[in-house]
Parts: sequence; structure tokens; C-alpha cells
Amino acid sequence: MSIDTLRPDLARHAAAICDIAASMGLDFFETRFELVDFDTMQQIAAYGGFPQRYPHWRFGMEYEKLRKQHVYGLGKIYELVINNDPCYAYLVADNSITDQKLVMAHVYGHCDFFKNNYWFSKTNRKMMDEMANHATRIRRHADRHGFEEVESFIDVCMALDNLIDPHSPFMRREADPNWEADQRAKADRHGHEEVAGYQAKPYMRNWINPPELIKKQREKMLKEREQSKGAFPKQPLRDVLLFLLNFAPLEDWEADVLAMIREEAYYFAPQGQTKIMNEGWASYWHSKMMTTRIAGDDEIITYADHHSGTVAMSPGRLNPYKVGIELFRDIEERWNKGRFGKEYDECGTLEEKRRWNTDAGLGREKIFEVRRIHNDVTFIDEFLTPEFVDRFNMYHYRFDPITRRMVVVTHDFQKIKQQLLFMLTNHMQPYIYVVDGNYANRGELYLAHKHTGVDLEIKFSVETLKCIQKLWRRPVHLQALINEEMVLFSYDGEQSQQQKIHDDLPQPAHSF
Amino acid sequence: MALKIDKDHQRFRQIVKGKIRGDLRKFLTRGELIGREGEKAISIPVHGIETPHFRYGDNNDAGVGVGDGESGDPVDGQEGDMGPGGTQEGQHIMEVEVSLDELADILGDELELPRIKPKGSHSITSEKDRYSGIRTTGPESLRHFKRTFRAALKRQIMAGLYDPENPIVIPVKRDQRYRSWKPVKKPQSNAVIVYMMDVSGSMGDEQKELVRLEAFWIDAWLRRNYEGIESRYIVHDVRAGEVDRQTFFRIREDGGTKISSAFNLCRSVLESNYHPDEWNIYLFHFSDGDNSSESDSRECCRMLREQMLPHINMFGYCQVASAYGSGNFINVIHEHLNKEENVITSRVNTKDDIFDSLKTFFSPGK
Repeated sequence: MSIDTLRPDLARHAAAICDIAASMGLDFFETRFELVDFDTMQQIAAYGGFPQRYPHWRFGMEYEKLRKQHVYGLGKIYELVINNDPCYAYLVADNSITDQKLVMAHVYGHCDFFKNNYWFSKTNRKMMDEMANHATRIRRHADRHGFEEVESFIDVCMALDNLIDPHSPFMRREADPNWEADQRAKADRHGHEEVAGYQAKPYMRNWINPPELIKKQREKMLKEREQSKGAFPKQPLRDVLLFLLNFAPLEDWEADVLAMIREEAYYFAPQGQTKIMNEGWASYWHSKMMTTRIAGDDEIITYADHHSGTVAMSPGRLNPYKVGIELFRDIEERWNKGRFGKEYDECGTLEEKRRWNTDAGLGREKIFEVRRIHNDVTFIDEFLTPEFVDRFNMYHYRFDPITRRMVVVTHDFQKIKQQLLFMLTNHMQPYIYVVDGNYANRGELYLAHKHTGVDLEIKFSVETLKCIQKLWRRPVHLQALINEEMVLFSYDGEQSQQQKIHDDLPQPAHSF
Repeated sequence: MALKIDKDHQRFRQIVKGKIRGDLRKFLTRGELIGREGEKAISIPVHGIETPHFRYGDNNDAGVGVGDGESGDPVDGQEGDMGPGGTQEGQHIMEVEVSLDELADILGDELELPRIKPKGSHSITSEKDRYSGIRTTGPESLRHFKRTFRAALKRQIMAGLYDPENPIVIPVKRDQRYRSWKPVKKPQSNAVIVYMMDVSGSMGDEQKELVRLEAFWIDAWLRRNYEGIESRYIVHDVRAGEVDRQTFFRIREDGGTKISSAFNLCRSVLESNYHPDEWNIYLFHFSDGDNSSESDSRECCRMLREQMLPHINMFGYCQVASAYGSGNFINVIHEHLNKEENVITSRVNTKDDIFDSLKTFFSPGK
């Protein structure tokens, strides 16, 4: 089957579903469906959704995994959609027509989400072209510098591709040098620098910003400035890749490869940040469209069967499709019935809450707002309610070292929410910062792990550190809290060592 | 359609094979492989292929689930002893599947073994072409009329151009189908391996395990080199008997040891079935070398020299270390048969010796 032909019947369905989706308020990029056989589908899935990627064995590994899954009947890829303008989506040729409609409806949900969710707003919408360019550039580097050399350099970069700062596209981490110079000039003029207090009317100022506090803060600020004089970088940085890109002694082609990997990591980051919402949103819409507008009488059973397959929950695993769709439905219902705000929260009895209905009818509007501004963390934080947890019988489990099993710990709402948020924050990746790029004035790189309750895995951390050393060339260090002790891992290119942090060690530029 | 990813996939397989090569000694000692056949895939854990990342460690084993269950209940679907939190090793290990043939190839490369060449004039394999397939290109004389029209019909239905009222089907160029042929190989020469194993009381479980592994890898290697190889299995204590493959790898008996009994049986098997002009013959004998009498050992050597060695490619004797007995048979062989080229002996004391033992057997390339 050629990749660019859509069967006429499918093209007709696609056009119809496109109209239905638009009439229901979804707003998406032009969406192009392509019909592929399952093997091609697996290739595209292994490439992360793109028809073209740079040559690397990791994609081959992914392909083998997918193919094995398929052969053993453990999983089948139904749909694949790329955040791009136009949106590309793939349909598997041997699926039934009901499945194809279901997938199309689902895809339009995703496309709407890609286009409108704020967290996707900074992604490159011509990524299809960009990926192909990356492939060409990396092939060219491989031709010039040797396939294996480039490949092993990519291996090194891959180990670091989670060391990015997913929030950085939305803000300026580094102060504008002009602005900084300006401030300094101003400070010189006044003899001191102002500490910005809270905004306040003149007659309230002394209460809202007490002078002693302002004074204390100024002293603290000056002290910090004194300490960080000559510090490099000025503040701890989360975008380790950017730091390496700017300051590591890389060859031109190496910098080019690293920049591409970083760019791709940033492109994929929002998809990790909004997994629950994105799948929930798409499932919400495919179910709405299929049951009300698309599926015929003879298709509804097949549809229901496959839909319940995608949103099925197995014990011990949270299905993002299910959590997402149910939360969206829950929000819609709550806002339709006016179950929000102070009055509802403070109303006396459970019975009253259960019967609460103000006919507010704001549900649809609300879920569109939610899909525009939230990501998974804020979504769960804002909309997971004790009633919801109760309704779906959610529990918190952890590993019990005595029975060597996962055991249920509690059904407590706070605990469950906390665990969920922890799992979602930074996509289960540890926070790593560059705290000193000239450690001990020897040009060594000092990284630190910000401990959020869970230790780093030691063996892998050391291996990753070795990869960073390959880019930095000079010795590298990683500070991490392991078993409640501050430990410094170091690798100088030949041997790695691990020591407790004590006072005799030189201090990094920023204490952490 | 050839997929772009094939290249990446091949590169991945190549890397995997490299990793396996590095750990080959370890795989040779894995008992559970015994009894597998050529094409069957074997799952092999490959270390160090996964890209490292900074990641959370072990005290992270918690999550949120859905379903019934009071606190303290195990989460359903979990076997006991499962889950992470075991040792630090053992986690994050990728398993890949390789076939036994591939493994045998790697073995060959790593041991630097020469490919065994079939005997002189018998190495001819005849090739015949059989028209068994269909291609989209070919000479017009081979065009497959029916298949061509079927493809055209399929295309027209799909494009919505087919009208059942007016069923005109017109093939275009890409509908054309042609018959194609495949060369079929018929091997003319063949090989037989006879495994003889001492199962007397002095062979303990440990010895058996060693013997089984050694025999298994010999088998895997030779099967890889000869298509349609035949294997015969003989076990003996004071008497010898022929058994099948399954039994050979499992059987345990007691009693004394009379090696000549096995050789006698082996000779009669060869004489009645395998003419030396048509067959490459390999004999392997595994024992702890504790033969019942010196005279029987000498008888064995005589039998080998006079009746068997002239006709066979190789006689391999593998002696495992045993807690009991003298283990003298290997010395007798050295004494009496040191001039014979196609006799090879090796000693295996632990699993780690298997690698070197295989090398001893096959590096001469007989």
C-alpha cells in the first residue's frame, strides 16, 4: 500500500467527521490521514510518529519491541497523530471501518488539543520538516566524520535528553544583560539597590512592607550578590543541555547534533506534560461524537467494545485515557450543575451536595477553558476531588519489602493526590541543576540533584555522569542526597569516585 | 516495501550480537538452553544496552491504582516476589531474542573456528529452480494472467472504478504479476554425529550437567554447519543402548563402566546405516574416564584404531572431572592413539572450561 493514498470511502468518512468535530466546537489544524500497513505503522511508531528520523539503533530497538508486542498479541497500535501544522495522522489499513471512524474522531480531539493547549503553544508546528532536516544533517555529519563516531556521540546525547527545562520556553531565565547593567547603574546612583516589596497604596506601605523586613531583605540580597560575584552560571540552571551547548568545548558538528537532540526533547516535552489531559480530551470527544453523531446502529456494539478496551483499568495501573475522560466528564457535570465555588464547598451535608444543581450549564465552556490552560499537574491539582477518588475506588500502593509485593496502603484522598502529583511533576524525572561551571576554579562542572523525597538511582547516575564528562572534557561532579547523606559523585574521564560531602571540599558557586 | 527502519534494526541486532559475544562464556553455561532447536528464538538478557539517564532509584516503588482492596492487601495481578526492589542488578535489563543458529554463529566467530568443510567430492549440493512465487516484475513470457487480473480488479474496486453491471477490468502496469522461481538446494553429502555418554554410577549430577552442556553446544555448532545433520545418542554403563535425544539429556543409571560396550554398539550403528563414503562421521564420547578394567580400555583403543578411525572425520573424547575413580581412560588414549590425527581429547572440570573445550575440538577444522 502506498503511503499517500486514502481509500475513497475513508476520505468520505474523514470529511464528514471533520465537519462534525468543527460543529461541536473543536478547532484544529488541517488534518491529513494516511493509510499504512501495520508494519509501516510500527516503523512510524518506532520513529516517535515521524516518517523520517536520523539513523540510530535506538529506533531499531523500539521497532523490535513493537513488533514483538504485535506478534504476541500484546498490543496493537491503533492511531498515531503528530503535533504539526498540518496535523498528520495514520490509520492502519486492516482495521474495520468502525475502528477507523473511532480513530478519526479521536485524532480530531488530539489535533484540537495540540492547537489550543497552552503548553503546546511554543512547539515547532513544522516539526515534520524539521525532523527530516535533522535526519539529513546527521547523515551528512556521519558521512564526514564516520558513522560510528556520530552514533556514539548520539548515544551520549541521548543519555542527557531529559536534562531540559520544560518551562523555559515560557519565560526568560537569564536576565537580559542590558536590563541588568541598567539596574546596576541605578543602584550606583542611589548608593543602594531597591528591594521590590509588595505593591501597596502609600498609606498602607509600612504595614505591607515593614521597613525592617525590607532592610533585612536588602542585606540578604547584597550578601547573596557578594557571594555570587563571579559565579558561573549566575543562577543554578536546569537546562543542562543548553549550558553544555553554550560552554562545553564541542566540535561544530557535535554542537549541531546536541542542539538537534535538545530541540527534539523540547518538542516532545509537552506531550509528556499533558498525557492524561490529551488522551482524556481525545477520548471524551471520540465518545461524544461516536455515540451522538457518527456510529450507526450496526456499529455501536463494536464501538462500545473497543472504547471500553481503551479506557479499561487494570489493577495497579492508572490508565491515562480513563482518568482523563472521567475527569473531563466530572468537570462538565460539576459546572453544569454549578457544583463549584464558595457556597458549594461550604454547604452543610453530603446529601445537600449530592442534590446540588443550580442549572448553571457552564460545563462545556469550562472544559474548553481547562483544555486551553492546564497541564496534567495543574489538572489533577485543581480538579481531582475526594468524591472522584471515592467513586473510582482509587488507592495508594507501595512496595512492601517484607512480602515483596505491591500492597495497598490507603484510600486517603490527600495521599493519593500527593502521589499522583509527584508522579506527574517533571514527568517522573529528577531535577538536575548546573550549580557551578568552574568548580574550585578548575573548570570542572558541578551538578546537583534537587531532592524531592526520592533518591537517585546510583548506578545509572554514574553512567550518565560519564556521558556528561565526554561532552565537558574536564572532570564532572554530581551532588545528590543518598540515604540522607550528601554524596558527591565525580568522574574525571578515567575513574569515578564517590565521597561524602564534608567541609574540606571546595564550595560550588551556589549552595544547594 | 523495504522499510527505512530496517537499517536501524539491523544496526541494533549487530550491537546486540556484539554484547552477546562479550558475555558468551556466560551463555555457554546456561542449562535451560539445552534441547532447543535451530530456528527457535531464545530470550537473552543483554546488559548495558539501555541508555542511562538520571533517574529515581528504588525507594520510589509506589503508585496509584484502582479497584477494591483494603490497606495491606496485595495489588492484584502481582505475583509474589515480583516487582522491583530486588537487587540493584537485575533491573533495567533488556531481553532480546536470538535464534540458536545466530548464537551458534557467534560462537563460531568468537572461538575463531573455521567453518567445517564437507568432504571433497561430496560437498556438491545440487540446485534446482522451482517456480513457486510471484513477483511484480519479470519477462512477459512468465506473466501470470489470472493474478494480474485479480490485482487489477482489486485496484479498481478500491478506487471505486469497478462497475458490476459493466465488468470491464483493465490491468495497468503495476497490476502485472509474473511467476518467479526460487533455487532449491539438495544436499548430497551429509553428516552424522554419534554421542556416547557414560551414565554409570560414578557420573554425578554435576558431571552430567557438564556433559549435557558440552554435547548441546557441539550439536548446535555442527547443526549450523551441516544442513540435515543426523544425530545418534548412545548411553552406556556396562551395557550400551541407543536412546533418543530427550532421554540422552535426562537419563540416569547406576552400575559399572565398560566403555567398549558403547564402541561396539556405535560401530554396528555406523556399519548398518552410514557408509563412510557418503557420510561425514563425528564421534563424541563423554565420560569420567573411570573404566572398569585396564584391558577394556586397551580393547577400546584397538577398536578405535583398527575399525573406526580410518572411516571417520573425528573422534572427540571429553573427560569430566569426577570425585570417584581414577579417570585413567584419557591417559590410555594418549598412550595408544597419540599418532592418530583425528583423535582429540579435552578435559572439563568446571562450566568455565566448556568454552575452551569446544575450541579444542573444533579449531583443527576436521
